[in-house]
Amino acid sequence: MSLTTPRPRAMGIPRRLLGSQLVDTLVGPHGIDRYLELIRPDLTLHDARGEVTAVRRQTARSVTLTLRPNSAWRGFRAGQFVRVGVEIDGVRRTRTYSPACSAARSDGQLELTVTVHQEGVVSRHLYAHARPGMILHLGTAQGEFVLPAQPPERLVLISGGSGITPVLSMLRTLCDQGHDGPVAFMHYARTAADWLYREEVQALARRHPNLRSAYLATREGDARVCADAITAMIGPLEGAVAAVCGPPRLIDAVRSLWPDPGEVLAETFTPPALTVTGAAANGTLRFLRSEQAVAIGEGTLLEQAEAAGLSPEFGCRMGICHTCTCRKAAGAVQNILTGEVSEEEDEDIQLCVSVPAGDVALEI
Amino acid sequence: MPTPNRTLTAEQLDALGRELDELRNRVLADLGERDAEYIRRIIRWQRGLEIGGRSLLFGSILPPAWVAGVAALSLSKILDNMEIGHNVMHGQYDWMKDPALDSKRFEWDTACPADQWRHSHNYMHHTHTNVLGKDRDIGYGILRMSEDQPWRRRDLGNPLYASLLALLFEWGVAVHDLEVERIEAGEVTLTDKRDILRAIWQKGRRQVLKDYVAFPLLAGPFAPLVFTGNLSANLIRNVWAFMIIFCGHFPEGVEEFSEQEVENETRGGWYLRQMLGSANLTGGGLFHILSGNLSHQIEHHVFPDIPAHRYREIAIEVREICERYGVPYNTGPLRKQFGSVVKKIFRLALPRDGQEQPVRDSEIEEQQPIALAA
Repeated sequence: MSLTTPRPRAMGIPRRLLGSQLVDTLVGPHGIDRYLELIRPDLTLHDARGEVTAVRRQTARSVTLTLRPNSAWRGFRAGQFVRVGVEIDGVRRTRTYSPACSAARSDGQLELTVTVHQEGVVSRHLYAHARPGMILHLGTAQGEFVLPAQPPERLVLISGGSGITPVLSMLRTLCDQGHDGPVAFMHYARTAADWLYREEVQALARRHPNLRSAYLATREGDARVCADAITAMIGPLEGAVAAVCGPPRLIDAVRSLWPDPGEVLAETFTPPALTVTGAAANGTLRFLRSEQAVAIGEGTLLEQAEAAGLSPEFGCRMGICHTCTCRKAAGAVQNILTGEVSEEEDEDIQLCVSVPAGDVALEI
Repeated sequence: MPTPNRTLTAEQLDALGRELDELRNRVLADLGERDAEYIRRIIRWQRGLEIGGRSLLFGSILPPAWVAGVAALSLSKILDNMEIGHNVMHGQYDWMKDPALDSKRFEWDTACPADQWRHSHNYMHHTHTNVLGKDRDIGYGILRMSEDQPWRRRDLGNPLYASLLALLFEWGVAVHDLEVERIEAGEVTLTDKRDILRAIWQKGRRQVLKDYVAFPLLAGPFAPLVFTGNLSANLIRNVWAFMIIFCGHFPEGVEEFSEQEVENETRGGWYLRQMLGSANLTGGGLFHILSGNLSHQIEHHVFPDIPAHRYREIAIEVREICERYGVPYNTGPLRKQFGSVVKKIFRLALPRDGQEQPVRDSEIEEQQPIALAA
């Protein structure tokens, strides 16, 4: 059984022709997408994009977007995440979101719920400015937080805060596929005002007698996750499978409850802890492609990579030619010419004029 | 002409460097929607002119349609190569994080493979600007463009070579990284350059296939008109790009440097060399766009990776800085600057006064390093 969405639009003859070798020669070197997007931004054959079709704000700290992906979108498995790009003041900012909708949704649309973080450039922008017609860039769905092809007999879906989206996708997909085994759905948030999708889950529970649901507010007196609450909903934990998404503390708590921690599928939204210490940093410099890690030393990233025995491409060594530009997977670096600090994941940086400002992972 | 390091003290050079760094950072901090919208508008124009030009050529049984088609396609290629390709590949729009405008991935509508361009232009030329023996853009290994290049008998052909280079400019640029002059001198062999050759062949073949086979064949009975139309557009782009680019570093008054002079060069010294080694062109807004804003060659060489449409805005400040430090700011209209380039091409075809014997190739390598022009 495959939990992927049907492609929204079939590849018609015109599209096949546009994707042909002849057309590729005619539109070289830019490629067909650079022309099609001028007609309509989501008409691209190779670049997956989606047009926002509906926007609603379930809570004061979240915005839920429905989007219609174009034909380049290859679907997702319930629980996976997608890199979503949105242009803000000329810059394409990319963030990772797990769709909350069923992977078998009949109209092929995607639903994303974005929780607003106080410092979040993207989440605040989407909360304030998302509107129908907006175009978002989509990556390929990724992630191993998925249910086995044969869904487990008894399943417990547990989420904390914004972690609700992938497990809700699992629940909705199972419902669409007519799964009839017992399912418990538990959502934890700080306050009742932060609960996401309560009405939708209650509506599903009314239609599917095998589904039991519980919404809990940890700062309003509800107990944190415990074995009794789960057992009350679905019976003994032995033999049941849990899928948990939320903060690391929630995942640890569930794992400690389960008789067989191997039966707990988990994903956390919190990125691995990286220290940002500013210039003259100490920490670890990781070179991902060459699978090396060294303690941060003196000099620019280019000098430090060379000292570690690597030979990255370089040119001017003064920040003008961009030959040494490389992808920083994670961590913080400071540009010594501008003083600007890059902290986002997957940003391109110039090795010859950047110094570490904390732990750094580079794609070299 | 005084050497630059003699006109400014080390402290003055540092101060100059700091002022220019501050100006650069100010522009970088201000980049945003306006710059993104600008480059996308230019791209929409380029794609529109390309589609319009090619469509007109398909219906070019009427002579005016052919002329209009050639004009539109020429403009499209000029925009693609200059205001879009050259500038995007400098990393001017990398901050947008749009893969279609990524300096490392961009490919342009000309015979030269983008990867080789990034090396020979962004690194070699922009780092070693006007340093004899290091900047291969001085004469492109074919022409004698400096008094300090020793005269050889074959330099008599300077004007002829320059005319051929102008007509075939995209191919001249394509084979730039082959370093023909070093192959000729026996320093490297064609075998060493196998990968470079292969990349040129692959890119060049695609370009030829598109303009001279695929589009003409699609036009059926109009094939000859489409073929000649595409050829004309490529030639016009070639000559235009040649003129603009030769006006960047070769007009009268632009200085060259020796390798010794740039040893231990500071950031301020590098800035100064960029300003002394470049020349601007004056003109209207459309002219600047069609020159890829290389009409602001001085600003471009000082800040190669800030969006080129900003050069015009900061030119006043750059010029003011130049004046304050007593650095010449070489600028003039196209006809004056190009006229002086043409004059130089002819003048340098002949040996320098007092240089009685042409230098045989074998003697060149033994020559003492060249002093800065007296």
